[in-house]
Amino acid sequence: MNVIENLFTGLGAMIYDFLIWLTLPDWLAAVILLFLKWLLIILVVIVDVIILIWLERKISGYIQQRLGPNRLGPGGCFQTIADTLKLMGKEDIIPRTADKVLFVIAPAMFIIVAVMLYAVVPMGKDMMIVDFDLSMLFFISVASLGTLALFMGGWGSDNKWSLMGAMRAVAQMISYEVPLAFSLLGVVMITGSLQFSEIVAAQENIWFVFLQPIAFVTYFIAATAELNRGPFDMPEAEQELTAGPYTEYTGMRWALFFLAEYTNLVAVCLMCSAVFFGGWHGPAFLPSWAWMFIKAYFFILVFFWIKWTLPRIRMDKLMEFSWKFLVPVSLGNVLLTGVGLMLFR
Amino acid sequence: MVLEKMDGNDSNEKDRKILAEANIFFTNLQKLFNWGRARSFWPLNYGSNCCPIEMMASGLARFDIARFGYEVFRSCPRQADLLVVAGPVTIKLRPVLERLWAQMPEPKWVVALGNCACSGGPFKDGYSIYPGADSILPVDVYIPGCPPRPEAFFYGLLELKKKVEQTDYSRYDEWKKAKKLAKKEDKEVRKRREKEEERL
Ligand code: SF4
Repeated sequence: MNVIENLFTGLGAMIYDFLIWLTLPDWLAAVILLFLKWLLIILVVIVDVIILIWLERKISGYIQQRLGPNRLGPGGCFQTIADTLKLMGKEDIIPRTADKVLFVIAPAMFIIVAVMLYAVVPMGKDMMIVDFDLSMLFFISVASLGTLALFMGGWGSDNKWSLMGAMRAVAQMISYEVPLAFSLLGVVMITGSLQFSEIVAAQENIWFVFLQPIAFVTYFIAATAELNRGPFDMPEAEQELTAGPYTEYTGMRWALFFLAEYTNLVAVCLMCSAVFFGGWHGPAFLPSWAWMFIKAYFFILVFFWIKWTLPRIRMDKLMEFSWKFLVPVSLGNVLLTGVGLMLFR
Repeated sequence: MVLEKMDGNDSNEKDRKILAEANIFFTNLQKLFNWGRARSFWPLNYGSNCCPIEMMASGLARFDIARFGYEVFRSCPRQADLLVVAGPVTIKLRPVLERLWAQMPEPKWVVALGNCACSGGPFKDGYSIYPGADSILPVDVYIPGCPPRPEAFFYGLLELKKKVEQTDYSRYDEWKKAKKLAKKEDKEVRKRREKEEERL
């Protein structure tokens, strides 16, 4: 059991020892190890996304009483690979009037920001790339940087739909950032720390979803909007804006945006399970990282379920919902938590 | 033809050059890409009469186009590979259709769905109808019927899949020349269209 539990941490230590044994200096060994970790994370992310896209198509099919892809491989599981191959072979169009630099940088920036989130997100016990005392602040601030990439793409492609989609993305993300941060504040008040490892460690006996149910609900709703997923997928509302900020992107550039969205989704779900659902705590017959991913996948499935059952809501209703409902409720939750802490501590 | 030029020794430098000229080193990669392309057509969300209704029906629960992996209907031509011309092509529609076609990135294909798109159908003598989509677009597969059933649509897509799998991209130079020619022709076409628009 211990071997599986310590599979990745032990492997890391072994590689480090090996590098030291090669008489490399300490700092060089640490840097090499860091890069190996990044490689592993990027691999995990790509495999994850390939599985998730197939899963989403399959699940959306089942929800609509269809079968979903089933011709390519068992259950159609090679469908995403065929799609990726096709996207790689597509012509790369950069519109003549586009701002070329912004247009080219935007997808790369979106994916870089999405992968940066994994620097602090815990994947299991002691399985974080860096674990410092402001990791939650890092997560929130870096996640909001993705808006900039979307806006760059929308502005750079010089297309009215792109611009409108980008404007919507900015408006939506800024207004949902507020309840997102406030709902996490309740948890931070209880633990008194912004460090993920401490937050998870504080849930040894009771998960925060039972202490902070309101915060969990507001967090989940705000995260749906942050991720641009249905029913809040206003920025790329296909029926009105063709494809929002992605309108002018073809082939792999467009695929990068897509990849980044799913990467964000996994990161947010990992975060959700770490902050509200006890992270790596779970019955001991499975290793901690398995619990982490099982919980995260559960939330991903919930996200799929919500997206494919609820209709999209209007833009003004969306803003109203954020400022007139979510913000007051999450603020009230902060007050409630404060009072509770005064009484019971 | 290539085999005749070679002297039968695989590791020969000269032979390899001849092979490279015939693009033979290219074929396996091409097969891989063709495999992917043939299995993930993303159709453009386009339709102009009663045939698109059948296209929509093919996406729903009873017929389910998603089984083949072709269900990703993109509303933006930049991400679509397949233009399903469903319904008649009118003179007024032509500039729109041409622009959509030009906006789609290569490689791309056209399917003519229904009698109207194949040949003009019941309206072929109309004053405002082109006799078939192939008078303005390079149609790959024709699916007759008024309207064709979703099964027929699937059959057409599977025929297109066979066609795409056999596509040979090694004639790239010829393709380039053809494209240059097409550009020249484009100007003439534009002039003609402007005249037509003036007339209308
Ligand atoms: S072929 Fe028949 S069904 Fe199709 S668009 Fe023409 S008239 Fe309508």
